[in-house]
Amino acid sequence: MNNPDPQPILEVQQISKYFGGLTALDKASLAVYPGEVVALLGDNGAGKSTLIKCISGVHKPDEGVIMFDGRDVGHAPPAAIREMGIETIYQDLALAENLDVGANVFLGKEVKKRLFGLLPVTDDDYMRTEAAKVLDRLDIHIPSLKQKLVSLSGGQRQAVAIARALYWDAKLVIMDEPTAALGVPEQRKVLALVKSLREQNIPVIIISHTMQDVMEVADRMIVMRRGKLVANLPRAEATVDLLVKHIIGATEIET
Amino acid sequence: MNHHSRARLRPAVRIVDPRAIDQDRIPYMSTAAPAQPPVTISNRDRTINLLTQIWSWLFLIGLIAFFSFAGEGFFSIRNFGNILVSGTLIILMALGQTFVIITGGIDLSIGWTVGLSSVVTARVMRDLSDGGVEVIPAILIGVVFGLLVALIPGIVNGILIARIRIPPFIATLGMFGIVRGAAFLLTDGQNVIGNIDSSVRDVLRLVGNGSLLYNIPDFGIAWLSQPPDLTREQLRALQRLAPYPVLIVAVIIVIMAFVLARTQFGRHTYAIGGNAEAARRAGINVSRHLITIYIISALMAGIAGVLHVFRFTAGAPQAGESALLDSVAAVVIGGTSLFGGEGRISGSVVGALIIAVLGTGLVILNIDALWQFVIVGCIIIVAVLVNQVQSYLENRQAHHE
Repeated sequence: MNNPDPQPILEVQQISKYFGGLTALDKASLAVYPGEVVALLGDNGAGKSTLIKCISGVHKPDEGVIMFDGRDVGHAPPAAIREMGIETIYQDLALAENLDVGANVFLGKEVKKRLFGLLPVTDDDYMRTEAAKVLDRLDIHIPSLKQKLVSLSGGQRQAVAIARALYWDAKLVIMDEPTAALGVPEQRKVLALVKSLREQNIPVIIISHTMQDVMEVADRMIVMRRGKLVANLPRAEATVDLLVKHIIGATEIET
Repeated sequence: MNHHSRARLRPAVRIVDPRAIDQDRIPYMSTAAPAQPPVTISNRDRTINLLTQIWSWLFLIGLIAFFSFAGEGFFSIRNFGNILVSGTLIILMALGQTFVIITGGIDLSIGWTVGLSSVVTARVMRDLSDGGVEVIPAILIGVVFGLLVALIPGIVNGILIARIRIPPFIATLGMFGIVRGAAFLLTDGQNVIGNIDSSVRDVLRLVGNGSLLYNIPDFGIAWLSQPPDLTREQLRALQRLAPYPVLIVAVIIVIMAFVLARTQFGRHTYAIGGNAEAARRAGINVSRHLITIYIISALMAGIAGVLHVFRFTAGAPQAGESALLDSVAAVVIGGTSLFGGEGRISGSVVGALIIAVLGTGLVILNIDALWQFVIVGCIIIVAVLVNQVQSYLENRQAHHE
């Protein structure tokens, strides 16, 4: 944002998605530039989740193109998209709570070593050390990295999810309701993490219902309504009042 | 997963991030939660936690001690050998079942898969040797067929569960019926396929009843096989120090424990049981993994079926039927959660040994063997309660933080 890059890292061009007779996305377009936090707002069913699922490869758009880092990723499988650097942190966090921090950061990409130079085993110490490093980068301190996630707090789990994204050199982080279901101090922590991602020049798309969160961290607000993008406002121009009007469609009636 | 137990007990440190304290910037957030004192886990919790980890071991040791004092003839190498040999069936089934249950599934079909495999093994051996094939090739081909046929229900279970998304309970219950029917059809409705040529049976016994190491009174130690020309007394007092079925199963236990605890495959097994969706999103091929796990489960049953033929020189459709629920019980007693995500091979082996020791011990004490069902039932319930205490302790710690 301080150094506006003319090249967007992500460019969603006119994508549509239909579920039977329902139009979940209606020619939605969106661009995200390096180092900016973009908030995605909208009422339930406005198409926010469908949009991010298309970006992360969970859904395939029926029409339109998604360009990421100069490549068309509209039809790549989720694993390939993750490989390219789009990390999505879902509301339910997508963590295995029965495993420790290291195992979660490296889930699906376990680092192996050879036992007796022969048998491939998971290198748990290495994974824990690496996880600790990236948590340090985020200024997160977890008492013991051997703890299972189930014994960590909601905010710490959120931090683990973000740490995972960061570790795998995410070029874009998508967060779905990251502060939902968290206590107030934990919400603060997560917003601090979002800012910390921005400081590291990693763009973030954040879906949130909490206006205060959005106003605090987002550089740009995008409002969706009925599958369409209805507003795209820089923070300077956005007010809670205006955003709410866009969300509930009051601006459509006025004009 | 051993490390978790200790780690969980460390005192929790509250996270304080300077950036998180500027709460006056947002008015409604200014009512910050009151500061909590750092939480330390009490000694009592520490003790309870340790007990939940090791109670099944203590129970097994206690059980052995009790029967050794109360039952005459229980405490002997010969009896321990018999317990281990008879325990191989439950252990084998429990090994596969552990993987399945850690993923949050269950495999009800393996009991009859043991039978199917034993029937096919016995039948192939019988028909080949009757058809003039040499003893050793006949046995080897029988083993291969016995193992291969077991893979079929495993593959089908896996596809039904992983790809068609049929709940494991239903899919494997269906397979339970199918395999049962198939096994009896292959014996033409008989309870046993036993009329294997005696030359073949002699070789089968060498493995099934044999031992790597014998201790024989007035003779000494013997290797590999039982020396001929032993007196009746010597035969009666003969000690099998390392029965082949136990050795074979011991090797399989080590392999399975290694795979589960140390490899990427094991890690993914836990991950799927903890959060299958997370595993999928992390790029793990969950459905392929599940299919592999049901195949492993069936393979263990197949090995048990083949072993049955070696031990009894016959195949029987109902060879593993009674051991099915015992295998599930063994896994649960061993601390594996039926909700998935938790469990260890060592626990399941201990669980299986508890059941095997009970079976023999009650007979020696001259208590009706039916009591075994009652006792095992009680232990299962205790095991589940212990599991709940464990997760209660974990959750309580999470809320403190």
